[in-house]
Amino acid sequence: MKLPFERKTHAISAFLLMLVSGSALADYKLNFQEPVNQLGQEIFDLHMLVFWICVGIALVVFSVMFYSMIAHRKSKGAVAADFHENTTVEVIWTIIPFIILISVAIPATSTLIKIEDTGDADITIKVTGLQWKWKYEYDADGTPVSFISSLHPDHNKARAVDSGIDVTKIENYLLEVDNMMVVPVNKKIRLLVTSDDVIHSWWVPQFATKKDAIPGYVNETWTSVDKPGIYRGQCTELCGKDHAFMPIVVKAVEENEYNAWLAAKKTEAVAAAAEAAADKVWSKDELVARGQEIYMGKGGCFGCHGANGEGVATFPKLAGSAITIGPDAAHIDVVVNGKPGTAMAAYGNQLNDLELAAVITYERNAWGNAASVVQPADIKAAR
Amino acid sequence: MTATTHEEHHDEIPTGIKRWLFTTNHKDIGTMYLWFSFIMLLIGGLFALVIRAELFQPGMQVVDPNFFNMMTTLHGLVMVFGAIMPAFVGLANWQIPLMVGAPDMALPRMNNWSFWILPFAGFMLLAPMFVGGNFASGQGPAFGWTFYEPLSGQYDKLVFFVFAVHLLGFSSIMGSINIIATILNMRAPGMTLMKMPMFVWTWLITAFLLIAVMPVLAGVVTMMLTDKYFGTSFFDAAGGGDPVLFQHVFWFFGHPEVYIMILPAFGVVSEIIPTFARKKLFGYASMVYATASIAFLSFIVWAHHMFTVGMPVAGELYFMYATVLIAVPTGVKVFNWISTMYRGSMTYEIPMLWALCFVILFTIGGFSGLMLGVAPADFQYHDTYFVVAHFHYVLVSGSLFGLFAGVYYWLPKWTGNMYSNGLAQLHFWLSTIAMNLTFFPMHFTGLAGMPRRYADYPLQFTEFNVMSSVGAFMFGFSQLIFLWLVIKTIKGGEKATDRVWEGSHGLEWTIPSPAPYHSFTTAPEVK
Repeated sequence: MKLPFERKTHAISAFLLMLVSGSALADYKLNFQEPVNQLGQEIFDLHMLVFWICVGIALVVFSVMFYSMIAHRKSKGAVAADFHENTTVEVIWTIIPFIILISVAIPATSTLIKIEDTGDADITIKVTGLQWKWKYEYDADGTPVSFISSLHPDHNKARAVDSGIDVTKIENYLLEVDNMMVVPVNKKIRLLVTSDDVIHSWWVPQFATKKDAIPGYVNETWTSVDKPGIYRGQCTELCGKDHAFMPIVVKAVEENEYNAWLAAKKTEAVAAAAEAAADKVWSKDELVARGQEIYMGKGGCFGCHGANGEGVATFPKLAGSAITIGPDAAHIDVVVNGKPGTAMAAYGNQLNDLELAAVITYERNAWGNAASVVQPADIKAAR
Repeated sequence: MTATTHEEHHDEIPTGIKRWLFTTNHKDIGTMYLWFSFIMLLIGGLFALVIRAELFQPGMQVVDPNFFNMMTTLHGLVMVFGAIMPAFVGLANWQIPLMVGAPDMALPRMNNWSFWILPFAGFMLLAPMFVGGNFASGQGPAFGWTFYEPLSGQYDKLVFFVFAVHLLGFSSIMGSINIIATILNMRAPGMTLMKMPMFVWTWLITAFLLIAVMPVLAGVVTMMLTDKYFGTSFFDAAGGGDPVLFQHVFWFFGHPEVYIMILPAFGVVSEIIPTFARKKLFGYASMVYATASIAFLSFIVWAHHMFTVGMPVAGELYFMYATVLIAVPTGVKVFNWISTMYRGSMTYEIPMLWALCFVILFTIGGFSGLMLGVAPADFQYHDTYFVVAHFHYVLVSGSLFGLFAGVYYWLPKWTGNMYSNGLAQLHFWLSTIAMNLTFFPMHFTGLAGMPRRYADYPLQFTEFNVMSSVGAFMFGFSQLIFLWLVIKTIKGGEKATDRVWEGSHGLEWTIPSPAPYHSFTTAPEVK
């Protein structure tokens, strides 16, 4: 195993430097990432307001405390006074904090109401949390366009224990995906956030937008982006093994670029749907090749079952398992409908018939398995 | 039978294993609670060190992500239910009878039972970790200490967890009934409620909180159990259930729970500061009312843990207002402690060092709590390391430091020996420095955007994670000094006087040191 020594030395020296000089702290990220919309700025200002109020109170309270600790030491001959209550003082220090709290509550209330106002949106995007990736669904003039966004394969490889890859050499480590979400700038974007399995939470710090994705609920929130760029976030609700490995990457572009992107996605979606629905019998090699791509890519199957089909930690192995080498009906059932009460998701919602047929065929014919080939028509019949 | 023959009859101290298995003596049971919780502290600490070892560098080096989640989960559960809560019950067992002038707890046999349930509960909780033959493929719970549905429903050894929580609940409820019965019925003649020591007051209120919320916890885990094994769907959206209901019920337990872990620490500190300031506690009555207000408010603020689940805006506003309101009675307590020190005659013995450290660091935790209570900002803080920093400031430098303060305060009374001042100073300073080194940087990692419960992280968070890991190992090993110190003190040392501390006050200081096996067989008179 190769440890990232340079990074470590750098970190330790930075740490030592910090001990001798507070200015070294300036190199570190100490506060919120820079907001890229007005609401984000408002939240940032509110955060700083409360922070400075706390600092002010701390200065007053701790000054009195340290004064007493130093001035009223027994070793300096201090003799204890005899007072132990004072109604006036006690009333004052109950009322003053109360007034301070009201002064915080007023701006907080106005900001909160703005956060929750999802009306008058220009576009709506549905965000679905899945173990452990995100699905984005757009409406392209009546045609649904949806795609899965997972951690970039290179990062996924690097983050394995004993991968032998120095992660510190990877740009934006853990913050890169295979398919970015794309949004237009200067538009009010309504997000419908939900989940197909456990609770996730969609967060992009610079948007100041965080909403839980909960199965059975469709939560609403909104955001907007003032300038084009790539913005990165992560899942913020513990969702199982790969909670740390389902980033969110959003590319904000000018409106015409966004429209072009959506049109291209639409063409892609129409073609993929046609291909999956076509009454074609695919060869085993074709299916296995596509299936491997899905197993290692958008399906994310390797996350639990391992690239070698041996299973990760307590998750089931697929090489030589009763389901993968048994009758295809049972195999199709578990992949399409999932296994309730476990992390095995219902992939019927995530992949089309061709993709399902491909990944099932791959699993039945990889790692020494040699079982039947499954065609898209079989999936269609089983749905 | 006269009182004298009764006393002689019980004067023999049983020996061997039977003394501990069958004991009904509050001092023995208190001792067992304290040792149990210290062992759990070390186990939970070990889990924390696995977490910090993995997070020392970006990339996965030590454990796989599932094992990492198991460590965060068990660290939380073991520390909350195994270390902090039983430790305070241990303090209560030792001190409440001594402080109210009672010969023992009101229900001594139940007291034995409420302790002896605990090791079995701990075993149930940890056992699945060893399923599968080797440690790496252990199948302990990995869904976070808050065990949110539906994730926890995916855990196939759920039954162990549910059973463990039920046992812990039985233990806590019985312990609380005992504490309430003792305080309400067995106070020395003349000790009215408003003359009780502050520690006794805070425990009385805590015990009511426990009785109110432990059944709620039992209810929620039972619903999980029937969802998992009997086909109900309380929390399963596919069956018409509601995953958010789980969070409401859990936090209805969970929020009072955090006060259960801090109120007795308030009590300890309220005993110690007057002793070493040589001045009566300022605002005794307001202290009692503030504690009661905090306890009441703790029942009506639960959903501030859930601002991001998508509540109606009116609900979010209500929970924000109610939450920040807690700052008022908490502020009153801090102001009272400081006014007690003001124009006192201060000395800085070991218990006082811990108590002062408590006041400062707990207040810092209170400030971050206030920030978290402001809902719009909470959307940014929620589930990041900022939250982790916040609750470790209130639970480590709050509850745990409060416990250390209490142990250093009463240990000479329990053992009859003074402890080594040098070792105690070393333990205090190392713990304080390490605690801040571990948790202070987490404020920054959180604000900069690192989510909690992450087995691996983007590179910009590296520096602060290195600091936290260095601090955590320092903190962990410092606790071995404490272990050594306690064992040394039990074995011998300079003899403690009855009063122990120059400024001490209260009934526990009127009996000899060490406290005899049976104390206050004749009730003392309180003026």
